[in-house]
This record gives sequence, structure tokens and C-alpha cells, in this order.
Amino acid sequence: MKYQSQLVAKNYFIAAILLFTGQILFGLIMGLQYVVGDFLFPEIPFNVARMVHTNLLIVWLLFAFMGAAYFLVPEESERELYAPWLATLMFWIFLIAGALTVIGYLLFTYSDLAALTRNELFPTMGREFLEQPTITKIGIVIVALAFIFNIGMTVLTGRKTVISLVLLTGLVGLAVFFLFSFYNPDNLVLDKYYWWWVVHLWVEGVWELILGSILAFVLIKVTGVDREVIEKWLYIIIAMTLITGIIGTGHHYFWIGTPDYWQWLGSVFSAMEPIPFFMMTLFAFNMVNKRRREHPNKAAVLWALGTAVMAFLGAGVWGFLHTLAPVNFYTHGTQITAAHGHMAFYGAYVMISLTIISYAMPIMRGRTANGEKAQVLEMWSFWLMTIAMVFITLFLTAAGILQVYLQRFTEDPVPFMVAQQKIEIFYWLREFTGLVFLIGLVLYIYSFFVKEENVAA
Amino acid sequence: MPMDTERTKPLPGDFAIWIFIFAELMVFGVLFIAYAVTRSLHREEFAYYQQFLDRETGALNTLLLITSSYFVVKAVLAIKQDKVQQCVNGLGLALLCGCGFLVAKTLEFSDKFSAGIRLSTNTFYMFYLSLTFFHFMHVILGMVILAAILFKARAGAYNHREHTGVETGASYWHMVDLVWIILFPLVYIIR
Repeated sequence: MKYQSQLVAKNYFIAAILLFTGQILFGLIMGLQYVVGDFLFPEIPFNVARMVHTNLLIVWLLFAFMGAAYFLVPEESERELYAPWLATLMFWIFLIAGALTVIGYLLFTYSDLAALTRNELFPTMGREFLEQPTITKIGIVIVALAFIFNIGMTVLTGRKTVISLVLLTGLVGLAVFFLFSFYNPDNLVLDKYYWWWVVHLWVEGVWELILGSILAFVLIKVTGVDREVIEKWLYIIIAMTLITGIIGTGHHYFWIGTPDYWQWLGSVFSAMEPIPFFMMTLFAFNMVNKRRREHPNKAAVLWALGTAVMAFLGAGVWGFLHTLAPVNFYTHGTQITAAHGHMAFYGAYVMISLTIISYAMPIMRGRTANGEKAQVLEMWSFWLMTIAMVFITLFLTAAGILQVYLQRFTEDPVPFMVAQQKIEIFYWLREFTGLVFLIGLVLYIYSFFVKEENVAA
Repeated sequence: MPMDTERTKPLPGDFAIWIFIFAELMVFGVLFIAYAVTRSLHREEFAYYQQFLDRETGALNTLLLITSSYFVVKAVLAIKQDKVQQCVNGLGLALLCGCGFLVAKTLEFSDKFSAGIRLSTNTFYMFYLSLTFFHFMHVILGMVILAAILFKARAGAYNHREHTGVETGASYWHMVDLVWIILFPLVYIIR
């Protein structure tokens, strides 16, 4: 580790993995509730499990991104972090606020939680992903501002690289778009319109910048390819991301009361969104093929390549599957969406987080790479989780196709719940595959605790 | 001889920009195909509203972009002979033409907006506004790239041996020009 202050990232990564585990557990609970409706009722109803599952995902990815920024920005800027103490303080504030919010979800009914946190003073609750009480949202803004101040000062007063500037742009965008969660117009269409700007301009806009810069950083480190070459790729990828993604987010505007032209704009531009992801795949494999050194951390290289492939499949291919308006007319809000959501989040943002954790954690623990035993275990966990996610996606896709057919396409469509019953088998298969994913995750965590001799320092 | 090494290179400029150009042309290509297909389905509507477009400004803009491309070519040729000042001048004149394009286009847009035309007016205007505005944004991006090269050239970063940057920017600018040369007849003229 080149700079002492990079060490603040460690807590962020540990918290990320713990929350990730929580997310998977709630995913399993909810997956079972798809087929055993009253499982854990009334303690954890489906809507609460879903809320915790999605909120934990977002929060742990934010922890991972912050950790990634705190780790790579000092190295890129060639200076210590501007205020390491602030990073540590914000870590605890964010963790405690996050934990209190989840506990709030679990202990109170949602309406009681809204009353308790005085939602009526400034109503922002009740929308998917943005369920957090207003006070938590304000907390998130404070943490994000302190974080961006810290990272921004480090970047601006140090060496400026394309990687750190792209990362900073992505992080600022992340914070700015979150502000739309405070805008809650009465008109439901307008509300939905802006609602999409938070999480979805994240995932198909600014988060791709974060992803690209983290991937570029890790690739420079593990391949030894010239920074100049890697930065050029990064430029093109982010330009393509912004050209396609910002208007492409219009594919969420179909059938919700927005003007017709969104069907054109959303279809055409989002159909191009796989391009930057495909470029990322080319980029990662090209750089690894042109490598000038054999980095001892094989697991990190595997995660980096895995990200490039799975992001293209999950976000690119599975997104394209239902992005054209005439197709989406039938598939909107079915299990096809769930299939895409799972593989895209895993392939792009979960895997890039695990990539940087895989690269940075051994370094923060005083060695270039883990020993062979730990790495083999980590690679097993890579394959278990990734293959499990591929099958979760395939089962949900099958469920979705059947659902679309039974409920919307056939001559005499059946009601929602009847269709759900008929696709039950796929939900069971998905649940078992989810257990495989959990085994992969347990192995992953265990790989941190493998004791070994002869580890390269 | 420098010219010989030039010829062995398959494409002028940085290879990466060609991937970008290819992707950009794909986006425009899909948009053009979408336009053509929709037009064939609504022939009368498209023909009717097309006559309200400002063909004179469009022609002027075509002239401006082609002229700017000429100056960019001049700039590339100049730097290959180490004529830095001529290169800077060429880029400057190209930027000036770009500015002219932006001004003319802005006037055209404001004319349409003041007539109450919006994306939701009808399918023809939806295509007209989104295609031309998307291209408008590309002209701005192209000008940012040309300006960056101009400043680097003025700082003496290029010479007859190393001028990949100039060729890269020139290639992108020609793409912006080319797209307009297709867009203009497609949307404004073909009946």
C-alpha cells in the first residue's frame, strides 16, 4: 500500500460484504415467499423482505464504491487522502444510519415508520428503492457531500488522472441524481418520471463511469499496460455510455402516461446501451492479453474479466431483450424485468465491487496477493456465485416468457395470480439456485480467513 | 520518408477513435432507418410537414460544415509539413464555421419552438427535432475536440512526425459532417 490513508477503505469493504450477506439472506426469504406465501408472515411480509433486499443492495454498493474511491484516489492522486478522519467518521454515521433504517423496516409497519419519522413534514417515502425515511435520505446526502468533498479535494490538489476525474464525475453525478428523491410531485406520472432519474440514471449513466474507472484502475495494476492506452479506452467507453444511456433511460417511460415520443427515443437509444458494455468486454480482454506482467493476484484478474463479460450479458443482452417498445408492451414489469435486474446488478456493480475488494483487501492486509489456498477458494466462490446467477437469470427468464404468454399474449389471458401459480416450478428452481449462490458467498467470506504460510509480501 | 510510413497505417488518427466513430454511425444509422421506416408508413404526413422546414438554413449549414471540413483537411496537411501556424489557422477557421452552424441551427430551432412545435406535436416533428438536436450535440462535441487540438497545436505538441491527435480530431469532425450530409437530404429534401 502506497499511502497510509488508503486503509480507511477497509471498513467500507467489510461493511459492504456484511450487508451483501444480508441482502442475499433476504433475497432467499423473499424467493421462498414467492412459492410459500405465508413464510415468516407476519414477522417479515413479502413487501418488507423486498424492500430490505433492494435497499441493502443499493447501500452495500454505495459502501463498496466509497471504499473503492478511498482506496484508489490517493494512489492515483499521489497524495494522502485529504481528511482520513472524515472518511472514518462518515463510515460510522452511514453504517449506523443504514442499520437503524433496516431495523426500522423490520420492527415497524411501514406506515408507523413513516409516522415515527414525521414523513408528513416532508414526504419522500413510499417509492421503490427510495423507501428510506426522509431523515435517512438527508443523512445520505450529508455522507455523500462529505465523501465527495474529501475525494474531490484529494483529486484536485493531487495528480489528476483520467481515472480519478472520471470517477469523480461519476460520484458527483451519483450525488446529484439522488437529490431527485426529495422531489415528490402529486402528479403520479411526473413523480414516476423523476423517480427513474435516481436509481436508473445511476445504473445506466453515472455508475457506469464509476465502474469504468475502477475497472481501468485494476487493469492498470494487474496488467502493467500503459496508462495512456487504458485511459483512451476509458474515454471512449464513457462517451458512449453517456450518449446512449441518458436518453436511453427513456425506455422506462413506456406505458406510464408520458408522451409517445419516448417510445421512439427510449427504444433507439437504449438499444445502443449494450455498446459501451461490449467495449468494456473488448477492453478488459485486450488489456489482459497485452499484459506485461503476471500479477500474483489471479483472483482479482478473474473478477475483472468476469465483470466485463457478465455486465455485457446482464445489462447489455438481457436489457436489450425487452427494451424495444413493441416488445416491452408485453414484458413490462414481468419476471423478464426481474431476470435482467438480477444479472445486470450482479454482473456490473456487484462484480466490480468484488473486483476492487479482491485487489485491494490483500494489499491492505500487508501482501500483494493472497496465498494459493485462499485464491483457489475465492475463484471457487467466483464460479459458484456467477454460475448460480446465470441460472437464476435463466429460470426467471423462462418464468417471464411463460408469464407474458399466459397473462398477456394468449387468446384468453389468465389473471396474474393464476399465471404465477403456473410458473411456480421456476420459482422453486430459482430458490435452490439462490442457495448455491449463498454457498458461493460463504466460501467467499471464508477465503478471507484462510491461514497460510509463504505468502508473498 | 514519412509519407510511406503513413500509408502503411490502415486508418488515420488513433485507432480508438474509429471504434467510437463506428459506434456513433451505428446510432445514427439506426435513427435514420427508424425515420425511413416510419416515413414509409406515414408518407403524406411526412411530406406535408416537411415543406415547413427551413431548407435555406439547412443548405447554408451544409455549406458551412463542408467548408469547415476543408479547413480541417488543410490543418492536417499543414502539420504534416511542420506548419504549425497554418494548422492552428485551419482549425480556427473550422471552429468558426462550426459556430456559424450552431448559430444558424439555434435560430432555426427558436423559430420552430416559437411556432409551438414540440417533440409531441407529431411523429414527423419528433424525428426532425430529435435527429437534428442529437446531431447539434455532436457538432458541439466535435468543436470541443477541435478546440482541444487547436490549443495543443499552438503549444507545439504536434509536428510532421507526431500528429496523431490532429488526425484523430479531424476524423471525428468528418464523421459529424458526413452525418449531416445524410441527415439534411433525408429529413429536409427527399420527398
